[in-house]
Amino acid sequence: MLTYALVGLEPRRVEVEAHLQKGVPSFAIVGLADRACQEAKERVRSGIVSAELEWPLRRITVNLAPADLRKEGSGFDLTIALAILAASHQIPPDSLRAHAAVGELALDGRVRPVGGALVVAEGARRAGIEFVLCAAESAREVGLAGVDAVPLRHLVEAVDYMRGDWLPEPASLVANGLLRLASCPDLAEVKGQRRGRRALEIAAAGRHNLLLAGPPGTGKTMLARRLPGILPALAEEEALEVTRIHSVVGLLPREHPLIAAPPFRAPHHSSSMPAIVGGGSGPSPGEASLAHRGVLLLDEFPEFQRPVLEALRQPLEDGVVSVARANGRAVFPARFQLVATMNLCPCGGKGDAAGCSCSAVRLARFREKLSRALIDRFDLVVAMPRPRAAELDGSGEEPSALVRERVQAARVRLETKPPRMSAEARSLLTDAVERMSLSGRGRARVARVARTIAALAGAEEIGREHLAEALSYRIPPELTT
Amino acid sequence: MTSGRSYLTRRSRGYPPLLAAIHDPPRRLYLRGEGSVAMLSGPAAAVVGTRSCSPYGAQVARRLGRELAAAGVTVVSGLARGVDAEAHRGALEAGGPTVAVLGCGIDRDYPRAHAALARRVGELGLLVSEYEPGVEPAPWRFPARNRIIAGLAGATVIVEARAKSGALITADFALEDGREVFAVPGEITSALSRGTNELLRLGAAPLLEPNDVLAALGLEEAPARRAALLSDRASRLRELLADRSASVDELTERSGLAADAVAAALVELELSGEAICAEGVYRAQSANWR
Repeated sequence: MLTYALVGLEPRRVEVEAHLQKGVPSFAIVGLADRACQEAKERVRSGIVSAELEWPLRRITVNLAPADLRKEGSGFDLTIALAILAASHQIPPDSLRAHAAVGELALDGRVRPVGGALVVAEGARRAGIEFVLCAAESAREVGLAGVDAVPLRHLVEAVDYMRGDWLPEPASLVANGLLRLASCPDLAEVKGQRRGRRALEIAAAGRHNLLLAGPPGTGKTMLARRLPGILPALAEEEALEVTRIHSVVGLLPREHPLIAAPPFRAPHHSSSMPAIVGGGSGPSPGEASLAHRGVLLLDEFPEFQRPVLEALRQPLEDGVVSVARANGRAVFPARFQLVATMNLCPCGGKGDAAGCSCSAVRLARFREKLSRALIDRFDLVVAMPRPRAAELDGSGEEPSALVRERVQAARVRLETKPPRMSAEARSLLTDAVERMSLSGRGRARVARVARTIAALAGAEEIGREHLAEALSYRIPPELTT
Repeated sequence: MTSGRSYLTRRSRGYPPLLAAIHDPPRRLYLRGEGSVAMLSGPAAAVVGTRSCSPYGAQVARRLGRELAAAGVTVVSGLARGVDAEAHRGALEAGGPTVAVLGCGIDRDYPRAHAALARRVGELGLLVSEYEPGVEPAPWRFPARNRIIAGLAGATVIVEARAKSGALITADFALEDGREVFAVPGEITSALSRGTNELLRLGAAPLLEPNDVLAALGLEEAPARRAALLSDRASRLRELLADRSASVDELTERSGLAADAVAAALVELELSGEAICAEGVYRAQSANWR
């Protein structure tokens, strides 16, 4: 009987063999099974007995091959049970061919879903296996891999199916292409904030990293949370990739397992390094990977631990996280768009009418933490001073759907024929490098943003206007010196 | 050239005459940097102030540093955070001479955060100290350091200072030595301008433009800049800013322009020196500071 173990995001083939011998009845699982996997003994025994099948009173040995690959978790239960049932001829042994299985067993024999079912199913498909037995709840997820899911509620169903007595209803795969999370808040609810909205739109169109800086309560987080709502839906290939990552950590919704909208992750600033970039003994993906092809929001950016922030530099640069552990090495995709918010100083008073009460040393330490190398990753920086009351009652604003259309159009333009730098834009850039002391990296960043702005405007060339606007989003000197 | 490190004694030929004229000139002056010793004896102005300066103070200090250095004046300061650092940075931007006077050995980078700045000062100018290499910074050494800052300079500008600020000690030294003292006027409600405004009451000269310093040093004033040609939108925003400082959102609201057009026009104003931005708020610059 076949199943697959996860190594990072990759399925590894695991063959489950059961052998029954004469002797004192006993039950052993060999093949580097971890704790949760060893406990399968009790679940499998109870499950088989509860299903009113016969528990063979023999000396039972189950081997999980290859024996040198560490196996973790409870996803092997179903496979082990079926292997034992086949070995004791309660189901025809031949029937197991062309099948793989994944699922946990309850003590009463029910089949429970486990994380990573999609990845197991993909492994099966690559090996040319057509059918994957799994919990009914995982059926849609498994179906995404392009194999036929055999949805099971109970071990009895698995046995009936193997005996040819029962056929599952054909799984109805819901076409959930444009399903959006209803919980994503709409831009129409934001009053005023013209500059913030504009920056958000540019960030969405060009996949730029965005930093919103200002005193508390000026709507930084409110804006940032609305970014996913104006991002175009994921392409099919991207959606599967994202779904796979979410499957491994067991975060998929059952009804619509395919994640078609860009994911949005907002870890708290107290999060540890493994939680953000991935790791653990497993290793398993972290928030940076869960935000793959979506948005990673770091609220109160400078409050995150320095090592965590530094660790984010690799994914920001390469789009992947590579985690090495004593018993495994994994590479997780992590091409996310970073959005961060911060106060202008530790007390939060800067940019506010009340003023700042931080000491010079405290302020300097705060700015040092935003190491140049990290703050250089933000293409767009928007300072958001406290609005005066008059702006707050601004009229009704554009809903996210309209902005999303413009973003979509700009993305197409950026991919098909990106606007080129005009001569006058180039001379303005040279001028600005000198007068605004832009670094080489800063220069490239401004040019990139200007290209996005031109694409949003539907222009063939990057004009002076576009470049000038891009310059207004440069890193302000007060954040770094 | 003083490439690397060396020191001057009071008998050395390069010992700055202005410094020799003060009440208790340092016996030795240790030097570090690639700058010429001659810059210690040429026309020099000190630009000092509080460490926790406001955006206003930072901008004035930087601008002053840049304009003075561009006019060939050596910008002397103390490499401290805030006003001092901005003055050095301004001078470096103009590629001009600047001298940092330290309250510790010249091989100590204090404050540590300014190690990079110290290196850049060393490339174009000089770091000087009366203390031997290896001497640690100590609070009581800073007032003594201030007498050297004031002593090297023909004029001293206090950009921002609280009521009890080290910069006021520098001003006292400059007065004792009979040098010109300028104070940058600030808002009377701001604690950061308390010290400078007090100096003005006591008779210090108000600094209204960089040319004031050049005049005090007997140098030719820099020619006035031509007013830049502005687009219609930019001139409209400049008029709005003349009334009061404003954020981009406020300007968008008041001008009726789109947010992208406002952003582009504001950058135009910034580049032509008509406006400056700090913490997301834009303010117009008076003609002297463009």
